[in-house]
Amino acid sequence: MARAKLKGSSFKRLATIIVAGLLLIGGAELWAAGASKKDMVVMAWQIDELITFDPAEVYELAGMEMMANIYDRLVYLPSDKIDAPQPGLAESWKVSADGQTFTFAIRKGAKFHSGNPVTAEDVAWSVQRAIKLNKGPAFILGELGLTPENVDQLAKATDPYTFTLTITKKLAQSFVINCLGSGVGSVVDKKEVEPKAAGGDFGNAYLKKADAGSGPFKLTTWKPNELVLLDAFPGYWRGAPSIKRVALKHVPESATQRLMLEKGDADVARNLGPEDIAALSANKDVKIRNVAQGAIYYLGLNQKNPNLAKPEVREALKWLVDYKGIEQSVLKGTRVVHQSFLPAGVLGAIDSNPYSLDVAKAKALLAKAGLPKGFKVTMDVTNSFPTNVIAQAIQADLAKAGIELEIIPGDNKQTLTKYRARNHDIYIGRWSPDYADPHSNTQGFAWNPDNSDSSTSKLLAWRNSWDIPEMTKKAEAALVEGDTAKRAKMYKDMQLEHQKTSPFVIMYQDIWVIAERGGVTGFEVGPSSDYVYYRNISIK
Amino acid sequence: MDETRHRIRERAEQALKLLLSLTVTFMGLLAVTFFIGRVVPIDPVLAAVGDRASAESYAQARRELGLDRPLYQQFLIYASKALRGDFGKSVLTSNAVIDDIKRVFPATFELATLAALLGVLVGVPAGVAAAAKKGSWVDHGIRFVGLLGYSVPIFWLGLMGLLVFYAKLGIVAGPGRSDVLFEGLVPTVTGALLLDSALAGQWEAFRDAFAHIILPASILGVFSMAYISRMTRSFMLEQLQAEYVNTARIKGLSERTVVWRHALGNAWVPLVTVIALSYGNLLEGSILTEVVFAWPGLGSYITNSLMSADMNAVLGGTVMVGIVFIALNFITDILYKRLDPRAR
Repeated sequence: MARAKLKGSSFKRLATIIVAGLLLIGGAELWAAGASKKDMVVMAWQIDELITFDPAEVYELAGMEMMANIYDRLVYLPSDKIDAPQPGLAESWKVSADGQTFTFAIRKGAKFHSGNPVTAEDVAWSVQRAIKLNKGPAFILGELGLTPENVDQLAKATDPYTFTLTITKKLAQSFVINCLGSGVGSVVDKKEVEPKAAGGDFGNAYLKKADAGSGPFKLTTWKPNELVLLDAFPGYWRGAPSIKRVALKHVPESATQRLMLEKGDADVARNLGPEDIAALSANKDVKIRNVAQGAIYYLGLNQKNPNLAKPEVREALKWLVDYKGIEQSVLKGTRVVHQSFLPAGVLGAIDSNPYSLDVAKAKALLAKAGLPKGFKVTMDVTNSFPTNVIAQAIQADLAKAGIELEIIPGDNKQTLTKYRARNHDIYIGRWSPDYADPHSNTQGFAWNPDNSDSSTSKLLAWRNSWDIPEMTKKAEAALVEGDTAKRAKMYKDMQLEHQKTSPFVIMYQDIWVIAERGGVTGFEVGPSSDYVYYRNISIK
Repeated sequence: MDETRHRIRERAEQALKLLLSLTVTFMGLLAVTFFIGRVVPIDPVLAAVGDRASAESYAQARRELGLDRPLYQQFLIYASKALRGDFGKSVLTSNAVIDDIKRVFPATFELATLAALLGVLVGVPAGVAAAAKKGSWVDHGIRFVGLLGYSVPIFWLGLMGLLVFYAKLGIVAGPGRSDVLFEGLVPTVTGALLLDSALAGQWEAFRDAFAHIILPASILGVFSMAYISRMTRSFMLEQLQAEYVNTARIKGLSERTVVWRHALGNAWVPLVTVIALSYGNLLEGSILTEVVFAWPGLGSYITNSLMSADMNAVLGGTVMVGIVFIALNFITDILYKRLDPRAR
């Protein structure tokens, strides 16, 4: 068994190969840092959810944000004050004496990216198209009583610069304006899109990947799961944006986003986890901003479960969550305690958080309910941050009062399937408003017109089998209240009652953490993706 | 005359066998993905229309997806479409699955090929050297590095690579396939950025693409190198103990010729299979590497689709991987015949 020996020369050759390989790996000094980056802002962002750029179809957060920058709406809701609508493509509007007919004067001189002027005909067609296509967000305009059959009659151009909208039911004026101010109210270039319609799709196949807007930015490139490029539209009616190009890079991993931001390859990072935020807060080149978002985290207690149906048990559970503790130890600045169903920033939101961890009180309530030793219950949990960690913390809290919580982890679609079939005990969920009006969340949490299994509207109160004819009436009354101040008061009262009686343990509101390089200014982030604007961004 | 006819018959038989095995594999693949898609406790309509769709659009989507028909009919429709290359639309991207795959596969192909190349170019010589110097520090060193490459989590290694080579040293480019500045300069021909930019003669873009791909390719390459060098070492040890090696030495051939030509020449035969397998694994896409490096490849496509119950996309991706392995097997068979005279 002679031991093989390598001769000197072959060893040298081998060494050369290995060194060459290593050089290839490490020594590729090829990369020169970017050229004129002041004209461009780069955002590192998880945008794999983007599937369409058609405003009648977009229903993803990232997509809604794109719509807010590529398209204009009749009204403009400023990111810092979404309850005060301002003129957008409509210069002004009037409401008829009976409150049913809205007349909008369309701005003259506004142009689409194609160069076509914006007319009332485009506005009417956009509304008709959204309703007839009947994709995800169509129901928002549907709330105004528009249907594929009546929309041609109710939403129309009476002259080139006048658009009228007639609603079939009595609704609060603020509600109508808020619906039109959401992404589905985007005005589409009819002349550009209509010729591209195929098979009655109103140009949907074309517009999925194209742009027919009049907003401050044009869609230049979209590579799914990779990149979106938006270029400034110099002919924008409010004036050209300060920045020439916005590049949105899909970067799924928080740590990678952080490295790019530190390195200066990204100007803004959008999905940083708690650890990376903490690490960046010491970096002087980086600014960190917290913006409260509309999404609410809650526990839904299924009323089909006899234990959870007891009012005392419902209340006891509200006293068994260590709201503050969880916020500080695991959520670390990414969520904030919030215990009512309207998120801060929306009309009628309240600032009342009466519950805290109080085991003695909870035990007393359980005893009153005839369950002094607690009970066993399951919770369906979507296995991702933050619901997974919140659920674990709650499991420990509930154990203090003898409640044995079994966590059933699952994929989001899986837990949701079970939830929608009302087969859960407790569901930990996230709910975000669809438009900037209190009705959106009220409808979710406090409205259930039909509690039967065959109900057509399966929103949150229904999913938890909470039969509330009285509160449903109140929700409907608030929807039609014409006096905005009075309307706000109605929502406040409903939330206070809801806080006491509902089978919802409302816990947190989302915080959007935006990390920017020091030189970035003017990035306007509102309480929902519908109101995030790039127009004033500039880089020093 | 008889000889030719015999050969033609043999060829036809081989082709038929291949076709048969392909069909069986393919149908098996279809059946398994289809039934797994039906067994998971996820409502496919919900996956298609989202949480807040109205009752009508829910019912409409259910009809469109064919979910109101009996199960066997659903499978037949599904299988007949798939055989025509139509895997339907992805729920997640709303594109035809085949278009999605055309987009994501070149990114993975480029990365995997470079990684496999690194793995072979470094792994094979390292394995040979380790075997030739068995028990020496060279052997121990190479085995240690191989073990490290084998056992360190790739996610961590990727992040550390970015931290050191990108953030600290700045000698490679950051995550993604190219810099935004080069966007739109290179026309898409193959979808593989290195090839496309070279074809277009855009050498700046080529350099940029290379600076982006080199780190993730090296990280993946380390893993494939670790595997290939270990296997090379063990195949070589086997060969070096064989009689013909002694004979060659006694004949007075130089040690270099004995190791590199005679022993390695024979070790190539099993090595080709190992390399093909490791290349196949790389071509499946590596979700962890893709996530860390924001690389839009097949791995994250299939994983994201799985997470979202997007069964059309999962099937399309699975079939793609199946085709890759079938193709690699085919190539390996040809190489076998060239390398091993007995198989000719």
